[in-house]
Amino acid sequence: MPLDRLLALFLVFAPMSLVSIGGGTSIFAEMQRQAVTVHGWMTDEQFVALFAISRAAPGPGSLISGLIGWEAAGFVGALVAALSLYVPSSILLLGVGHWWRRRGDSPVRRVIERGLAPVAVGLIFAGVYTLMQADGVGWIHWATLLGCAAWLMHGASPYLVMGVVALFYAGLFGLGAV
Amino acid sequence: MTQAGMVRAPLLSILGVFTALGMASFGGGLPGWMHREVVVKRGWMTDEGFLAGVALGQVLPGANSVNLALYIGQQLRGVPGAVLAATGILGPPFLFIIVLALLYARFGEVAGLAAVLGGVAASGLANSLTTGLRAARRLRGIGPWAVVAATFVAVGVLRWPMIPVVAVMIPVSVALAWRNRHAA
Repeated sequence: MPLDRLLALFLVFAPMSLVSIGGGTSIFAEMQRQAVTVHGWMTDEQFVALFAISRAAPGPGSLISGLIGWEAAGFVGALVAALSLYVPSSILLLGVGHWWRRRGDSPVRRVIERGLAPVAVGLIFAGVYTLMQADGVGWIHWATLLGCAAWLMHGASPYLVMGVVALFYAGLFGLGAV
Repeated sequence: MTQAGMVRAPLLSILGVFTALGMASFGGGLPGWMHREVVVKRGWMTDEGFLAGVALGQVLPGANSVNLALYIGQQLRGVPGAVLAATGILGPPFLFIIVLALLYARFGEVAGLAAVLGGVAASGLANSLTTGLRAARRLRGIGPWAVVAATFVAVGVLRWPMIPVVAVMIPVSVALAWRNRHAA
């Protein structure tokens, strides 16, 4: 029953939205449990394939919610699952942001912003470092990262950098090097 | 309220910029892309305002890049700006991922795709690293650098849960900024 499925998708993803602190990675395990074990929308192998697809596509990894919805109930299911995952957390963020925006350009806000900046910088570095610890990352990826960063610091366009890297890795693959 | 001295962002431009960002975000590194478009190229926001959004977006639930897009859109033009930014950042990838799933169901895995995406992911992360480095160059004094180092080691190297770490670091860092509020 499509309506039952849509309701089930909503009930799976809406609560997850508010516990997805730190982004999608914190809820992948729970998504897998719900989609495979609890609701039987797909097999374990299918879930792994969907995960790979979500990594290969642009956008946040949590868009895998759309793929789960698509498997469970087609295009409408994909929309319902993605919206259920994004809307509740978005409303919370807008609430906090609204309060923040009303502070305007006050001295207190400037002090808070100056205090948040080093924490954000530390988190950015930590995020880059964590993702570089993933499976299959070797010295060549580290060299790519540092080389690209140096190039970008000199004002290169990220689109150009990305295009060159894609061609470079396609060439490496052709030579059997990666 | 727009920040003093900043350019006012038209709503359609917000949708356009974030739609392009949504398509460009292969392999992650979205905060880096957003910083480049919103702060460096267009001057819609200050560095400090942007970084506050980065911290807020990571602490609150939700995908970090979506939260940051919502925050930027809202600070620029209120809720309409936020909705357009989030639509732009999520819409194209959402359609793309469905098409990819359809292709996958038909043709199976394409050889070499994983290798190329691995490299592209590293170049995407270089964007984030660049944003961090640019922001770090503006930090003055021992205090902010100690906060950067402590946050990085705790979350990145030791893999401590982010929320408690940030819950401690933010008050410490804001207190340091308050003490030095008359400097710089």
